[in-house]
Amino acid sequence: MARIDLVDLAHSYGGDHAPVESFALKPVTMTWRQGGAYALLGPSGCGKTTLLNLISGIITPSRGKILFDGSDVTPLSTQKRNIAQVFQFPVIYDTMTVGQNLAFPLKNRGVAKAEIDKRVADIARLLDLTPDLNRKATRLTADAKQKISLGRGLVRSDVAAILFDEPLTVIDPELKWQLRSKLKALHRELDLTMIYVTHDQTEALTFADTVVVMHDGRVVQSGTPAELFEKPAHTFVGYFIGSPGMNIVPAEVDGSKARIDGHVINLHRNYGALPKAAKIEIGVRPEFVDIAAPASGLLSARIERIDDLGRVQFARVRVGDAKLAARVPPGVSVSGNTAGLIFDPAHVHVYADSILVEGKA
Amino acid sequence: MDKTVNQKAWLLVLPVFLVVAFSAILPLMTVVNYSLQDTFGNNQFFWNGVGWFKELLDPTTDLGSRFFASLWRNLFFSFVILAIEVPLGIVIALSMPREGWRVAACLVILALPLLIPWNVVGTIWQIFGRPDIGLLGYVLNSIGINYNYVSNEFDAWATVIVMDVWHWTSLVALLCYAGLKSIPDAYYQAAQIDGASRWAVFKAIQLPKMHRVLLIAVLLRFMDSFMIYTEPFVLTGGGPGNSTTFISIELVKIALGQFDLGKAAALSLVYNLIILIVCWVFYTVMTNAGAERKPRTQSQAAAERNPAVELKPALGLPRKEGVA
Repeated sequence: MARIDLVDLAHSYGGDHAPVESFALKPVTMTWRQGGAYALLGPSGCGKTTLLNLISGIITPSRGKILFDGSDVTPLSTQKRNIAQVFQFPVIYDTMTVGQNLAFPLKNRGVAKAEIDKRVADIARLLDLTPDLNRKATRLTADAKQKISLGRGLVRSDVAAILFDEPLTVIDPELKWQLRSKLKALHRELDLTMIYVTHDQTEALTFADTVVVMHDGRVVQSGTPAELFEKPAHTFVGYFIGSPGMNIVPAEVDGSKARIDGHVINLHRNYGALPKAAKIEIGVRPEFVDIAAPASGLLSARIERIDDLGRVQFARVRVGDAKLAARVPPGVSVSGNTAGLIFDPAHVHVYADSILVEGKA
Repeated sequence: MDKTVNQKAWLLVLPVFLVVAFSAILPLMTVVNYSLQDTFGNNQFFWNGVGWFKELLDPTTDLGSRFFASLWRNLFFSFVILAIEVPLGIVIALSMPREGWRVAACLVILALPLLIPWNVVGTIWQIFGRPDIGLLGYVLNSIGINYNYVSNEFDAWATVIVMDVWHWTSLVALLCYAGLKSIPDAYYQAAQIDGASRWAVFKAIQLPKMHRVLLIAVLLRFMDSFMIYTEPFVLTGGGPGNSTTFISIELVKIALGQFDLGKAAALSLVYNLIILIVCWVFYTVMTNAGAERKPRTQSQAAAERNPAVELKPALGLPRKEGVA
């Protein structure tokens, strides 16, 4: 168990002299707390698996350092780093029994037989694998396989962290839910640092207490699920988290007023001087935009369609060239093609060149 | 489940059946026919029943003693080359590079011996080993080792074995390399995480994953080495004495040298049978070695005890007249 610090860490698959813009992981500095449950969230190819493999030592970084509890482990091999990792496709040693599979990481490290048996029994109990311990590890279902590779990660009591690389991709949805709850329970029970890579926001938001969102090789925001939802630091986070994603609309912002399509909306904060050359946008989650009957003083929009998600309805509307999603409040029935939009000023954010601008209250 | 019955499918099998009949069954039957008769030339044949087979399997007769001597020789030869080529092939495959231009270079070099015709291989080694002009023979003799494959039995055997290893280890290595390449990177990464040593990686991942290609390699190498003819024939002609006379060489001597078609036919049938049986044993043993004995469920066991249930024809399906 350890605190993990990344210091100016970067990696390029195209050699160390490639331009930074082409790096698979652009320089990042951050700290992973001991005992935290983290999710690395981002679309495919955003560099999250690269970051994970850098931490576990499967690949060596082009630049920067990795510290475990303050000591530099960058040049150390995976074996010496004391990291456990569970892969997307379960790896099973199929000439061994389930029990031998679980014991393998301990046996390789020369742990005493009695200690191995005890740890294996403990982990098998945690993962409900006890009845299968003596069976050959062949012809297993995908979830049983993934439980075994998970068990191999958990069996070592002294690991610095357990890394999960999209471990539930190959599992059926029903079992996915069970395994994820199991992981969460294990995290509480064992007080381990867990880093969980996924491209599924539900998985990330339910598993982790800190979600790290990555985009194009960069860490764009790291925060609690609520922070990501309420105050996305980057338009990508707003768009990627939430369903439907955040509305991002080009606007002119002056002081505490924003002008969209000629219509002025009041903002909660004052944005004094914004950089002149920057692309200014406002972002507001569909949950904080309400549809109303068209009226003067409301931004008028053309309704394209209504998505009924059961508990809540979202209207897809168009303002000028911009497309927005807005909540249809209970009791409001939409008639005709046009509607007015009511913005909740507390939840309207301003972005300059995709980055959140903090206004003055 | 209702199965569609369509006897026209037999027509699709017919061409293969005809080809096999002409290429395999008819010639084989001719051999069976010869094996039961004796001939003194002039196309005159006399019925001999199973006489040749009795003689062949009785080591006290001339035919029997020649057969058994060459059989043991041949089995020993196959055993030795398998014991050398399989581990050596695995080691070569393991030490081959995984990527870059070196892969192509290695593959070409490995494939070279496989591309050389058998009798050329024999000729190469025949010249290579000659004490007067051959590089190998000359060097060995000049450093004080008395090497002469023409007169010394041990030298002849060593040369035949080294020649076969040189010729065929590549095949085993290439097959193993293909097996190794098919292992996903995740296995190696997981093994790294699990702290596995090089030996543990080999035992837990590489060997089990090479299991199937090794089965193929062993089968191919056994069959080929058990049927070996050209290379030792060119190199030693079966000598010195009869020391490198393998079954196929013996067979050709009887069939073409002495023109004893009956004896030769009986020998070739038994020879064929041995190869089939040994391959079947290899295959069964090696496919079962890794397989887990599935615990049988109650219903399966019950079905086996009472097979009539399984065999009952589906109701309401009218029986069709067979076409074939």
